[in-house]
Amino acid sequence: MKNGKLILLIIIFVLLTSLSLTLAQPEAPREREITIEAYKFAYNPEIIEVNQGDKVTIRFISTDVHHGLYIDGYELKTDAIPGHEGEITFVANKTGKFTMRCSVTCGAFHPYMISYLKVKPDYRLFGSILLALILFLSSIVLMVRKER
Amino acid sequence: MKDKILGIFPLDWRYDITSLPYVRSVLKSRWVPFLIIVFNLFFFTIILMAGVVGGVSAGNYNFAIMFVWILWWVMLMLVFVPFFSRIWCSTCPLPAFGEWIQRLGFLKVRNKLFGLNRKWPKQLKNMWLMNFLFLGTTYTTGFLTTRPIATFILLMAIILGSVVLSTVFERRSFCLYCCPVSGFQGLYSNIAMTEIRCKDPEVCRNHNVSTRAKALGCDYQQRDCVRGNENGYACPWLEVPFNQNRRNTYCGMCFECFKTCPYDNMAFNLRPPATDLVLDKKRGLDEAWKAFMMLGIAIFFFLIMQGPFGFLKDWANAKTLAGYLSYISVHSTFNLLIFPGIFFVFSYASHALGRTELPLKRVFINFSYTLVPLGLMAWIAFSVGIIFANGSYLIHVISDPFGWGWNLLGTANFPWTPFMTGMVPYMQIGGLLLGLALSLDIGFKIARQTFKNRDEAVMGFYPIAAFLTVTTMFLMWLFTG
Repeated sequence: MKNGKLILLIIIFVLLTSLSLTLAQPEAPREREITIEAYKFAYNPEIIEVNQGDKVTIRFISTDVHHGLYIDGYELKTDAIPGHEGEITFVANKTGKFTMRCSVTCGAFHPYMISYLKVKPDYRLFGSILLALILFLSSIVLMVRKER
Repeated sequence: MKDKILGIFPLDWRYDITSLPYVRSVLKSRWVPFLIIVFNLFFFTIILMAGVVGGVSAGNYNFAIMFVWILWWVMLMLVFVPFFSRIWCSTCPLPAFGEWIQRLGFLKVRNKLFGLNRKWPKQLKNMWLMNFLFLGTTYTTGFLTTRPIATFILLMAIILGSVVLSTVFERRSFCLYCCPVSGFQGLYSNIAMTEIRCKDPEVCRNHNVSTRAKALGCDYQQRDCVRGNENGYACPWLEVPFNQNRRNTYCGMCFECFKTCPYDNMAFNLRPPATDLVLDKKRGLDEAWKAFMMLGIAIFFFLIMQGPFGFLKDWANAKTLAGYLSYISVHSTFNLLIFPGIFFVFSYASHALGRTELPLKRVFINFSYTLVPLGLMAWIAFSVGIIFANGSYLIHVISDPFGWGWNLLGTANFPWTPFMTGMVPYMQIGGLLLGLALSLDIGFKIARQTFKNRDEAVMGFYPIAAFLTVTTMFLMWLFTG
């Protein structure tokens, strides 16, 4: 009986969580111009957030040496040296987190020079969290059933 | 009903790979492992040379950095450990010098080993030393993965350490209790889909120790695989190969027992993943801490190498002394205290809800093994993020290993080419969910072992399942969200 109530509570929790995740509404698309500064071995801002459908223009500036900017998933690339900017324009039609990484060898930590582009809403993350919750719930239900 | 892993693979299912033609003769050969070690030694010699003369400060254009930290490390986590247990240990060239000195030769069997052959101190016969050595090594991750000379120093330290300890302590004591890479390989090998065990335990039980061996004072346990014979050495890893109730943790997969067994009774089995984690024997705090530390270190490595925060990279890269000390302090506190502390709270809840008479420490230790599948998957998720983005540098450095302007294979000008990086988050999510499924399944089985009856087991399982799920969600957010 005690187990039954607990399982019911867990089910309600999972359902409420999934409901809130699925109800997350995307905002209306708009044009955005974002400036990213590169320096050894990071970007400023470290994370940029846009909404799905936004037309994004990235103005890319280097403050020290030759740096690059490659966006995983979108496969877009630009580079900059001090005094010469780079630029990328694209429509953020894919959602989720995309790693932006330096594409020009710039020093010891170059392979780990990273920033993130986050395109909301992140359905991929919602989906994966939901799957984790389903696994959790299934394991509980299976355990209770198996033990009976 | 037979117990199954993930409800699919029966726990006791085994397939002896040596039943395939030629496999057994290859594994029994002394030449094959020797040649593999020689090949690896040649490769590691290039790595060591590149560490000194490679001369390129940017790690991604150095052979040593790329082959050790991008290829070897990733292969270890993605292929060797999950599929073949500690197979790397059997082909690792770093302790080979120590072993050859002990044996005073390469191929000939000579059971009287050179050196003092002392027993390893009893207090250190666990993973604690390796835990701290590995943690210490991670303090230098900012240098190791970017500065070739740091990789050279680490590899040379391992070689010299193994040579010195091999002349003082018996057999592979260095590998068993000191090598920084050994501990996590041992722990994660519990998941491996292969194992070395005896084919028929009855044969080993009835294996009579020879009269001569008895005269030499051998007790009934000292079968040929334990004490060695003219065909092979006593188990270099100090294991009792015929013991069926052992885990992969300390088996170096050297196949020496295949050579010594007079009954040809050893098997190299394919098995379901994670079966060793269900074995309710010899679980300890040292291994528990190894599980916490490995998961915690995976999180830190991700933040440093695949995270966007410049200050963390500066800390790890020792841009300032204060930053470096902050890195060491935060890194150590989280991995040694905070993360195990959080798990302790959930173990306490499990203990309280399950109302078991078992000590809390036992519940804590037992359930810590549920972190092994999730931990390995976190490392796999980390590794795919590294190899798919940076793998193309390997094609460049293989043509010009010392940065001397060579173009041996015509690929020296191969440009940086990220490969399928858009798919990486999906691979990471898939891996982590598989890790969660395995962890929950193992947790469920450990709960049944730990608690006396059904109700206790079910109640005791809830907090642990919640911890595993929340940790997985955190990892998925960290890696992909």
